[in-house]
Amino acid sequence: MNLVLCLLSTRRFLTAEQIARIVPGYEHDATDSRAHEAFQRMFERDKAELRELGVPIETGTSSVFDAEPGYRVAPGDYSLPEISLEPDEAAAVGLAVRLWQNAGRQSAGLALAASRGLRKIRAAGVEIAPPHLLGIEPVIAADPALEPLLAAVRTRRVVRFMYAKPREFRAQQRQIQPWGVVCMRGRWYVVGFDVMRGAARAFRLSRIQGEVRTTGPAKAFEPPADLDLASHVGATRPERVESARVKARPGVAAGLRREATHIESGEDGDVLTVPFADVRSFASRLASYGSAVVVLDPPEVRDAVVVRLKALSEVPVS
Amino acid sequence: MKTNDRLSRLLVLVPYFLARPGIALHKAADDLGISEAELADDLQLLFVCGLPGYGPGELIDMSLGDGTVTITYDAGMSRPLRLSAQEAVALVVALRALAEVPGLAAGDVVARALDKVEQAAGDLADAASQVSVRTQVSAATMRVVSGAVNRQHVLELTYYSAGRDELTERVVDPMRVLLRDGHSYLEAWCRTAGAVRIFRLDRIDGVVERDEPSAPPSDARASEIQDGVFRPSANTPLIELRVGRESRWIADYYPCETVRTEPDGRIYVAMYASDLDWARRRVMALPDDVEVLAPVELAQAVVAEARAALAAYQ
Repeated sequence: MNLVLCLLSTRRFLTAEQIARIVPGYEHDATDSRAHEAFQRMFERDKAELRELGVPIETGTSSVFDAEPGYRVAPGDYSLPEISLEPDEAAAVGLAVRLWQNAGRQSAGLALAASRGLRKIRAAGVEIAPPHLLGIEPVIAADPALEPLLAAVRTRRVVRFMYAKPREFRAQQRQIQPWGVVCMRGRWYVVGFDVMRGAARAFRLSRIQGEVRTTGPAKAFEPPADLDLASHVGATRPERVESARVKARPGVAAGLRREATHIESGEDGDVLTVPFADVRSFASRLASYGSAVVVLDPPEVRDAVVVRLKALSEVPVS
Repeated sequence: MKTNDRLSRLLVLVPYFLARPGIALHKAADDLGISEAELADDLQLLFVCGLPGYGPGELIDMSLGDGTVTITYDAGMSRPLRLSAQEAVALVVALRALAEVPGLAAGDVVARALDKVEQAAGDLADAASQVSVRTQVSAATMRVVSGAVNRQHVLELTYYSAGRDELTERVVDPMRVLLRDGHSYLEAWCRTAGAVRIFRLDRIDGVVERDEPSAPPSDARASEIQDGVFRPSANTPLIELRVGRESRWIADYYPCETVRTEPDGRIYVAMYASDLDWARRRVMALPDDVEVLAPVELAQAVVAEARAALAAYQ
């Protein structure tokens, strides 16, 4: 704390030796080599800690005659810029903190970072209204890999991790340049350049096994300028180009009725015209309605449903 | 980590109190998320901090009186430290996630807050532009629903209940909008059910806002949220399945109690189902590689329903 105040107040660069002489806690006998080494270790650790908190410590010399570099903090770089938030805007910032808190243990680090950020905004004089005033409760389930990947995206460092593809049981090592992170349908993906495969790829965070490790220097790559993260995650659903006619008993199969483009009422049931994309998955869905529906046409859907029902009727009951 | 956390807190104390002369200690402790005792300790430490020389005119000074604090000398620390990269990313990503929700009544408020926080974060906010959070919802439904939550008005819903595969008409007293796992929900007191219910917005087929104040009973409790999921109630059945590669996705899709790879490469999955009828329909919708292990009633129901359905094709 005193080190911060001292570095903030000085316009000259202060050397480690000068700091040791004026800041309490650092005083030692500089001629005693063990005491001096202990001071140097402590000073390095304190500097690293301050930098980690975001204190911009500059290194330099005040004149060409200084042999040793010194340290200072420019108040302009140190301070949070002016920020004024209306009460409802401040509540929205509070909500941002809530979002990570609700996500649970997996994002504890992000929740802590967000609440520290909020505390600084408060210290700038902003009063934060309780977030429930906005009537929204956000919950994003986070994966353990999210935090390290966000950090790697920020610093543009290459990452390595073990990854199991959906239909593979064994995980393989991947090495990627992480361009960005996207959350779609509640699932997190990292999009980046797969170094070993030489192509852009998306990886689902929940399939990453073990730790995400960074490798190599910061600013190791540049994401493409026209990057559209979502387009790498297969955002588009297959188009429904074909239709089937399905007879449903009156008052049942509400889910199919919602999707029907046409419904013709009859005495023993209604005939629904329902669009679909893929015969097999549509047949599985129709099978789940059991005896509530009967497929009229096309024949390939009808046959696929019969095959599926036959298989289900023979499932062993243990 | 602990010293780091304390230092981060000490750095905000001076500007925090400077902006609020004479603030009560208990109020400040609340704001800062610490106990009054911790705050008192922090203030004791501040008294011995100051500028080189460390004489009376150089140390941080404040007047403590009657449970209040006023800073009288700040030793040059009048502003909080700028946001760290991690803080900026955590705030901006979360605000962006909220701002990306289409049709949210508070959307413009969130957008303004995002804009201001991004400005305060400066360059650090750039990294957050490589993060996107999408929520799937019809903007029109979200506009009516979140508007009614804000105005505290009653809603009439035409709701598709996927669990029972039925369309229902309900009158509800809105409580809040929940955003979770890429979907949006309305949490409300359902007058029809006489209980708190959660409605997925993409299953609301019709919605009308009444000019009638929303009045959930005073004992209506919002759901507990833990680790990102709503806990199942105690009396829902546990179902156990063994699935092959094709059906493996269900372990990702539904919250599971247990997921285990068996020696033959298939996967054992145990999950809570809302009821057996729901479970039967889910099992019948899966590809061929599924086997029901328990309960036996579920396995029997699947076979019986499949046989009944086959009869219509013969």
